[in-house]
Amino acid sequence: MQQPHSTLTRHGIPKAATGIQGLDEITNGGLPLGRPTLVCGGAGSGKTLLAASFLVNGARLYGEPGVLMTFEENGDEIASDVASFGFDLPALVDEGKLFVDYVRVERSEIEETGEYDLEGLFVRLDHAIRSTGAKRIVLDTIESLFSGLNDANILRAELRRLFRWLKDRNLTAIITAERGEGTLTRHGLEEYVSDAVILLDQRVTEQVSTRRLRVVKYRGSHHGTNEYPFLIDRDGLSVLPVTSLGLEHDASDERISSGVRELDRMLGGDGYFRGSTVLVSGTAGTGKTSLAAHFADAACRRGERVLYFLFEESPNQLVRNMRSIGVDLKPWVDTGLLKFTAERSSRAGLETHLASMYQSVRNFRPSVTIVDAVTNLLTVGSQNDVHAMLMRVIDFLKVSGVTGLFSSLTAADSSHEETQTGISSLMDTWIAMTVDEVNRERQRFLRILKSRGMAHSNRVHSFAITDNGLRLTDGGG
Amino acid sequence: MSSSQDDFVLRLYVAGQTPKCLRAFTNLKRICEEYLTNRYRIEMIDLLLDPGLARGDQILAVPTLVRRMPEPVKKIIGDLSNTQRVLAGLEVSVGAA
Repeated sequence: MQQPHSTLTRHGIPKAATGIQGLDEITNGGLPLGRPTLVCGGAGSGKTLLAASFLVNGARLYGEPGVLMTFEENGDEIASDVASFGFDLPALVDEGKLFVDYVRVERSEIEETGEYDLEGLFVRLDHAIRSTGAKRIVLDTIESLFSGLNDANILRAELRRLFRWLKDRNLTAIITAERGEGTLTRHGLEEYVSDAVILLDQRVTEQVSTRRLRVVKYRGSHHGTNEYPFLIDRDGLSVLPVTSLGLEHDASDERISSGVRELDRMLGGDGYFRGSTVLVSGTAGTGKTSLAAHFADAACRRGERVLYFLFEESPNQLVRNMRSIGVDLKPWVDTGLLKFTAERSSRAGLETHLASMYQSVRNFRPSVTIVDAVTNLLTVGSQNDVHAMLMRVIDFLKVSGVTGLFSSLTAADSSHEETQTGISSLMDTWIAMTVDEVNRERQRFLRILKSRGMAHSNRVHSFAITDNGLRLTDGGG
Repeated sequence: MSSSQDDFVLRLYVAGQTPKCLRAFTNLKRICEEYLTNRYRIEMIDLLLDPGLARGDQILAVPTLVRRMPEPVKKIIGDLSNTQRVLAGLEVSVGAA
């Protein structure tokens, strides 16, 4: 697991990796090495978790011991807060890789008379640093001192001295602070800690909360200036880089089967391009999920991993339904090649969905990802937002070389071209499925509306869903 | 009233021989002599020599005077230059002295 803990970027600023998924990417390598970074945000915005992750990863991944000086919660409280994310602070303390010091200041117990300084704080920090050989420091949240001490002038002078002191010792530090009214921090700490400032934010819109992170300032380094959604889940904190990854990904010439032989033929003989994105649109009951299941089955037969995002039904239900048309997905679920992620789309905000999808793909490393149906996400965001989000997902899948299949539910009373315009422009291949009444019989039709970079059939093909799966009745081609 | 010694167990935390710390000690000594004659004991702790002790009494500011006895524990920070406030902080009633 040992990785270089600092890298000299082309801009000359050495960085200390946080080990937090995504954060190191948007900061081009991590926090400024040997300098303090201010992390501000409201209550519950994830400041402490970010800071703790920085320390734990420092100790575990990069061989850099740390000191956690906490002013609000005692060591036990913090340890139990972060334990649910798999961080074992007491173990690190036992191993001598972490020193936790809880500084408690109770104004009611303290009388002030005459001059003083905060040398006691320096002594404690110094002691903690020496006993662990710490390279990383977290002060969480030092501005609590403003409510514990009367003399704000002394406090300000001492904080200035403290940040200078940390720099002189080349410690990479995170100073957390509460967001103020109209200011970054309640007590203006940004005036003292000016090398890097990270802002955490939590917004609740229509009862759905979304967390965002922004690098407000990073002296001497390029950094992403967007607001990046981030996620706090059982794996801790992860940031989703959403800058357009551009078109730098390699376009593969390799073809992979759609799982339906005749459809492969319609696509010029060999199926989809690996790493491309496929849109399958249609009204309810036209066979979109069946086509997706065929594709998943084919990938698993090749021994590839498939990640299947399911919004409408349960995995069991889908497996059962597909078995009835001769596509048995159960063995793939059992061997772990196929993984379902079933979620109610309304449970989370769009950014959270995005972050969670991103993370699932990163963890599972599938070669095929299916989103069924992408239109479910429309309920949690405007068309524009969903479009922007899909662009990010597609960008990410392409850069990762993952082939994506997105099903899309068309409203019964609208034409394909009308409802899908936003989404389809992002896709390489677009397959439209319809059901029409022909001679008083319901007939299914499939046609390829577009498929970039390949000679494909322009005909409308009829198909049937049989006990042996989806069959084109006219043979395709 | 029992005339037991050391009614007041006081601990003065300093960090080296700084003017502030020396002043605090001088002030404390004077106040104790005047108002707590034969009823006090002062322990001096230099945090530069015993840095590990700062945690136990939650020392942050220097100098800090801690009244360990009688309980509850009281803290006075600063150079103790205001006698009235020191006495108030130690909860010493001047009339009784």
